[in-house]
Amino acid sequence: MQLDQFQSKQFGRRAAIIVGGQVVLLSALVARMYYLQVLQSEKYQTLAEDNRINLRLLPPPRGRILDRFGVPVALNRQNYRVVIVPEDAGDLAATLDRLARVIPLADAERRRVLRDAERKRAFVPITVRENLSWEEFARVEVNTPDLSGVRTEVGRSRFYPYGPTFAHMVGYVAVASDKELDGDPLLELPDFRIGKAGVEKVYDLALRGSAGTSQVEVNARGRVIRELARDEGDPGKDVTLSVDFGLQQFLTQRIANERSAAAVLMDPHTGEVLAMASTPSFEPNEFNEGLSSTRWQALTGDPLSPLTNKTIGGTFPPGSTFKVAVALAALESGAATPSTTVNCPGYLELGDTRFHCWKPSGHGLLDMHGGIKNSCDVYFYETARRTGVDRIADMARRLGMGQLTGIDLTGERPGLIPTRAWKRATLGQAWTQGETLVTGIGQGFVLTTPLQLALMLSRVVNGGKAVVPRIVRKPPEGDLIQASLAEGEPPPSLGISDASLQVLLSGMNAVVNEGGTAHGARITQPGMEMGGKSGTSQVRRITNAEREHKRRGPEDRPWRERDNALFIAYAPVQAPRYVCSIVIEHSGAGGSAAAAPIAHDLLIEAQTRDPLSGKPHEPVAGRVKPEVPS
Amino acid sequence: MASLGRMRGEVRMSLAEKLWQVNWSMVLLVTLLCGIGFSMLYSAANGSWDPWAMRQLVRFGIGLLLMIGAALVDIRHWMRLAYPIYFAALALLAAVDVVGADAMGAQRWLDLKVIQLQPSEIMKVALVLALARYFHGIGPEQIGRITVILAPLLLVVAPVLLVLKQPDLGTAIVLLASGGALFFLAGVRLWKFAAVLVLGLSAVPLGWHFLHGYQKARILTFLDPERDPLGTGYHILQSKIALGSGGILGKGFLEGTQSHLNFLPEKATDFVFTMLAEEFGIIGGLALLSLYVLLIIYGIAVALSARNQFGRLVAMGITITFFLYVFVNIAMVMGLIPVVGVPLPLVSYGGTALLSILFALGLVLSVYVHRDVRIGRRGVEGGL
Repeated sequence: MQLDQFQSKQFGRRAAIIVGGQVVLLSALVARMYYLQVLQSEKYQTLAEDNRINLRLLPPPRGRILDRFGVPVALNRQNYRVVIVPEDAGDLAATLDRLARVIPLADAERRRVLRDAERKRAFVPITVRENLSWEEFARVEVNTPDLSGVRTEVGRSRFYPYGPTFAHMVGYVAVASDKELDGDPLLELPDFRIGKAGVEKVYDLALRGSAGTSQVEVNARGRVIRELARDEGDPGKDVTLSVDFGLQQFLTQRIANERSAAAVLMDPHTGEVLAMASTPSFEPNEFNEGLSSTRWQALTGDPLSPLTNKTIGGTFPPGSTFKVAVALAALESGAATPSTTVNCPGYLELGDTRFHCWKPSGHGLLDMHGGIKNSCDVYFYETARRTGVDRIADMARRLGMGQLTGIDLTGERPGLIPTRAWKRATLGQAWTQGETLVTGIGQGFVLTTPLQLALMLSRVVNGGKAVVPRIVRKPPEGDLIQASLAEGEPPPSLGISDASLQVLLSGMNAVVNEGGTAHGARITQPGMEMGGKSGTSQVRRITNAEREHKRRGPEDRPWRERDNALFIAYAPVQAPRYVCSIVIEHSGAGGSAAAAPIAHDLLIEAQTRDPLSGKPHEPVAGRVKPEVPS
Repeated sequence: MASLGRMRGEVRMSLAEKLWQVNWSMVLLVTLLCGIGFSMLYSAANGSWDPWAMRQLVRFGIGLLLMIGAALVDIRHWMRLAYPIYFAALALLAAVDVVGADAMGAQRWLDLKVIQLQPSEIMKVALVLALARYFHGIGPEQIGRITVILAPLLLVVAPVLLVLKQPDLGTAIVLLASGGALFFLAGVRLWKFAAVLVLGLSAVPLGWHFLHGYQKARILTFLDPERDPLGTGYHILQSKIALGSGGILGKGFLEGTQSHLNFLPEKATDFVFTMLAEEFGIIGGLALLSLYVLLIIYGIAVALSARNQFGRLVAMGITITFFLYVFVNIAMVMGLIPVVGVPLPLVSYGGTALLSILFALGLVLSVYVHRDVRIGRRGVEGGL
């Protein structure tokens, strides 16, 4: 047994070496365990939590937009949709076939679902159809036992029950564009919409609310296992407009027949806009779904600019309505008194140029009252000449023209009130006296928006107070921009003397009620009488040849070259409470003929409904299907 | 008087005597390790006996009988059966190559309808038996001759090549390492190992050429795990996250998020240690490791107590193989070495692996029971 002894000894030695090697390797394992599980544990705990916890955003319901009496004009509608989960559906095509027997399903929809099913993970629900009617929704619901993997869901989508009627002021919502993404992940949710225009945009942050979050545990494939925590967030806040639902509908319908028109009705004492309409309008509900590019191009390329709110975004020569500002400038600067008289032979000669009055035969001798009442161009050529363009511009700006009024809407344009300095700076030419004359009748360079005209008249009839127009009556809580306005601080005075204002009020009363230019549109109901000022603005120069020979009637001229008709009015004359401004683009007829009748109807309607008295004229609840709380 | 007979080196023992001689504390240790395995498989199925824990339990029942049975069979019978077992295993391994079933891109299984057989697991035991058989009678005067070590070299190379072809890098490494260890224990000179090592290293570029794409990827991923965090590196990364997040005390039984939310791959088989360490922390990991060390110490003690070279080599060879399993598996899930697909012995789910390990441990027990049996240089040809 020598061999075995030898083998035993050698085996012992060599086994010891192997055991030594094993100890080294085991030590490496223990060291590695210590490193991973003790030293690096915190890092890996974080990674494990990152793996399993997903934060999901819960989009808050958008705040509603209400009229001054609480009628919702923008709300969230239940969006009934049917979705399919491919994983649960088994044979997707067969399930879609069965679904097609329950609700109509277009071939394109089928193809899209099948395509999505290949791209997405099998447990991600795919929307088959949205905006189902209640009947369709119920049919799918009843049949779900036979439709494995098919599920109904209720989402929210923005809905404007009155469509085009409020489109310009309320605006619309749409998916945020790449430029609008500000890092807020809420904006990246496929169902989330943000305000793109109008009140929806100006008050977007308040209307949005703040997103809730849901912490969910997911597995390696991303499937949600359970919800760990939930923070509901804050729903968007409601915004109340100053607009009266009834008057808005009335005004929209009243100018609906015009090709292109804009009208605004406001409270001259507070600046609250009660109605604001621009024709043509657009359907804001189209934007929710996402507009096709051809539809978008049709809207933006339309020469009648349906997307533009012309009450603030359209600028027109004010024509004779501007004489209000010219007269005040003359009176306040001392360039004229109420009794200053001017003789009108039908024209005024300056150098070798003749400036014509709208009445070729002339008005004869007129004082300021007569000048306003008859809207005599020669009277205001002369008054403007005496006052000078810079003093006219100063008054025009004090009355709110030539700059943004600051109304809480998007798309406002400042218009233009020319001065000597302006012309030198922009055109590099010296101001000419002829231009002062033309400015005196609201032609030439002068451009104003319909809202600015209403604002000018408001500031005249409210005793010279610098009211600021606004569209939102009750700003959402915490909105800093509007908070100061809501405090109800009295607007500051413009420093215009009462005597001067009285001259204008009596003149504008005469325009309507004392046989002036708009006598035909006067309100006969006692106590509702209106005062106002008409305007007809040329959009192209009348040539001498036309004037001397046969003056062409408007029907002979192309639409784009016809005159604009304007009328600004207030009522009742004794104590004005409503102010309106009407502009009809290229109407062909003068302001007193085309625009004044609209003012007449609008002011009667306004005084009949009398929203400023605090109560809606007729109950409007019930017209709208209220939002079903989800 | 049985003990006297044993001490005299006599060979006759009654069944009762043999049963008395079985190292029952080692059997208990094995049962304990398997018990940990059942609970981890129960957890891997999110707290269900299906599909793993119950089947593994049944296999353990069979394996336990197999182990005790193997322990009671005379060591000389095993010596006589060593070559037949080896060649049977080799034949099965070759059969896999021809008719084997695919699993995850590798042919490793023989579908025998009743059970799925994995011959490479059997080969790990069979190789130890065959080499021990060969080296038993080789004295110091023969071991120096190159011709003498050529035959056992073939015994190692043949199964290694077949296993590599499957391809199963992990098993090939275990076979090579345990075979090498037996050469070393048999007294093969150290310079020959050095020569083979140098030869082997110089063959690395050539070997790289023969590696499968996924094997190359695994090695590359091992060298730089962040290279491809969602591809091949994913397994290692998720395993490390699971281990690390387990910390000192672990997340608790059935509470491992990485395992139960399926971030951890192969949690019932190769990555079962990760799940254990996630749910029971470093405490649990060290406890399991201690049980393994205890079992290995038992094995070494058995080897050293044997009074015949065959028994020593079998006990040590199996212990080393067992150790290699443990080390390669744990090192792999901790990102110390590439993912090569070696199960954690007694704990990972897998029938053939469990049964072959229990059988192998039965052989160790048999060496212990028959530790005093002396076997002549010429082996057992002369009968018992």
